[in-house]
Amino acid sequence: MYFLIKRLIRMWQARQAQPATVEFSGTPREDGRSAASRGPLALLLHEALYDLKISARSPRARFMGFFFPIVLLVVFTGVFGSGHTVVDHVRVALKVFYVPGILAMSIVVNAYASLVILVSGLRERGVLKRRRATPVPAVVLIGGQALSTVVTTAVSAAILLLIAKLAYGVGIAGPAILAIACTALVGTFAFACIGYAVSGMIGSQDAAQPIVQMTMLPLWFISGVFIPVASLSRGLKDVAAVFPVQHLANSLHMASVHSSFGASISGTDIIVLAIWAAGAAAFAAWRFSWLPAGVSA
Amino acid sequence: MFTNSLDAAVAAAGQSAPGAGEAVIRVRGLQKRYGDHEAVRGIDLEVRRGEIFAFLGPNGAGKTTTVEILEGFRQASGGSVEVLGRDPWQAPGSWRARLGIVLQESGAEPGLNVRECVALYAGYYPAPRNIDETIALVGLAEQSGERATSLSGGQRRRLDVALALIGDPELIFLDEPTTGFDPSARRAAWEVVAGLRDLGKTIFLTTHYMEEAERLADRIAVIAAGQIVAEGTPQTLGGRQLEAAQISFRLPASTATRELPPELDERLQTDPDGDLRLPSTLVTADLHVLTGWALERGIELDDLEVSRPTLEDVYLQLTSEE
Repeated sequence: MYFLIKRLIRMWQARQAQPATVEFSGTPREDGRSAASRGPLALLLHEALYDLKISARSPRARFMGFFFPIVLLVVFTGVFGSGHTVVDHVRVALKVFYVPGILAMSIVVNAYASLVILVSGLRERGVLKRRRATPVPAVVLIGGQALSTVVTTAVSAAILLLIAKLAYGVGIAGPAILAIACTALVGTFAFACIGYAVSGMIGSQDAAQPIVQMTMLPLWFISGVFIPVASLSRGLKDVAAVFPVQHLANSLHMASVHSSFGASISGTDIIVLAIWAAGAAAFAAWRFSWLPAGVSA
Repeated sequence: MFTNSLDAAVAAAGQSAPGAGEAVIRVRGLQKRYGDHEAVRGIDLEVRRGEIFAFLGPNGAGKTTTVEILEGFRQASGGSVEVLGRDPWQAPGSWRARLGIVLQESGAEPGLNVRECVALYAGYYPAPRNIDETIALVGLAEQSGERATSLSGGQRRRLDVALALIGDPELIFLDEPTTGFDPSARRAAWEVVAGLRDLGKTIFLTTHYMEEAERLADRIAVIAAGQIVAEGTPQTLGGRQLEAAQISFRLPASTATRELPPELDERLQTDPDGDLRLPSTLVTADLHVLTGWALERGIELDDLEVSRPTLEDVYLQLTSEE
């Protein structure tokens, strides 16, 4: 779409251009102005667009971020959907519980797991170093990737909510959807920061996969993603409360049982997510490396 | 295939590079320590505009460290470094826009085709070259729509060169650009590099292949154990031009070496495999005596050859001394 518009603009410009003085130059220039010459915002969008293309064409990212959550939603609602649980003092069917739970999972997978695996791979293969060798600022490279992650997460979330509505009749009120969007945005940002922090500690893409699974899987079981928090022991709840997954899931669960914006979002959880984001960002700034590990000599 | 487009680009660029001869890289007393280990121990380098400078050295000699300091990826522990008039460690993005870097190892951008890769990098620079022209320049026009990950090793290296060229840099770092190439791909890559020189670019090349350095470089520096052990042109490196030439040949089994003229016989060395070698400082005169003697007796001198120490001989000698 972007390219189509760009192309149309270019064709229009070509029609407008008068055959002016012929300038002889040894180096043929790219016609039209480059993203970098159009300012930092254009450069950020340029980076985000290509990062989006890269992740959209990655079979692993497609499977993990899109199909896997859908499959889990179908399986969980199919197996346990008829039961009931309590969310924020409201008794709900388990199928209502699973929609925000799996939504939280898909955010973690897209913003954290896919990002860690992608970034570790890009660094290991020297792609990050090569991008860093250009004049593009580090903040654009990271910001572009983050923006691309936000878009991927939003699309994945929209698909999940649509399936929940059409297949299971689990609808969410308008203001609550806005609350979900806010929680999801903060959550995506927090998990992307954590992703950058964790990828700073991982030397290779081979190591990334098990580390991601190990850090993610246990939290899904104790954070109200697969199993309702109401059925967990006090100790497990306390452990889960330290980590960000539970806070993301909790705020999303509020939106499934309430209809006003204020009741559908948990301020405390948002603050905890923001603290995690700030801590992870500081750690990443200190520890993140663009160079492949152990190449110096 | 790409030589034609390269020729055209060279013709368009004209012959004179502005500011030819000024120092583009100036390094004085460069040091780099990792903890107790001193990787680079006070080296001096100067690379002038428009030349191809080859930087040679065995693995672990401090070569990659030096290159990464010049590229601004690592901070020097001591000494002064100036690349395009700036300290690379503190240089801004506008400095990077004048630089092209072909890294020793860099994977393809996943998921993107050749043209998209080049377009992504074109967006990073304030005044990039034309995308399709640059792809044609490195001979990838036919692969333009192919995924970068599906290219052959040689093609991927050409894509690396295209990505380094797209910003229209003045100075290009080529870190072992042909490692792992088959001979024909290597020759093709050399033509690209020679073409870059003709475009007026300054090239800082590291390589393991002496033939590559000899073919391409205007000047060579050899680093071993963190110090520069020799610097010169491919012809003069390590006093190569002063070394004696070798005249080598074989005699028929029926002829003994003592039958040779005595002035040759006394200098003659015999290899284990029976080849005869004659160190010679007056090659023409010695050859005249030798071939005159052979013609007189009706003897055919098999495998007659005159050789000087190769760059590789000089290099191995230089780097083994440390």
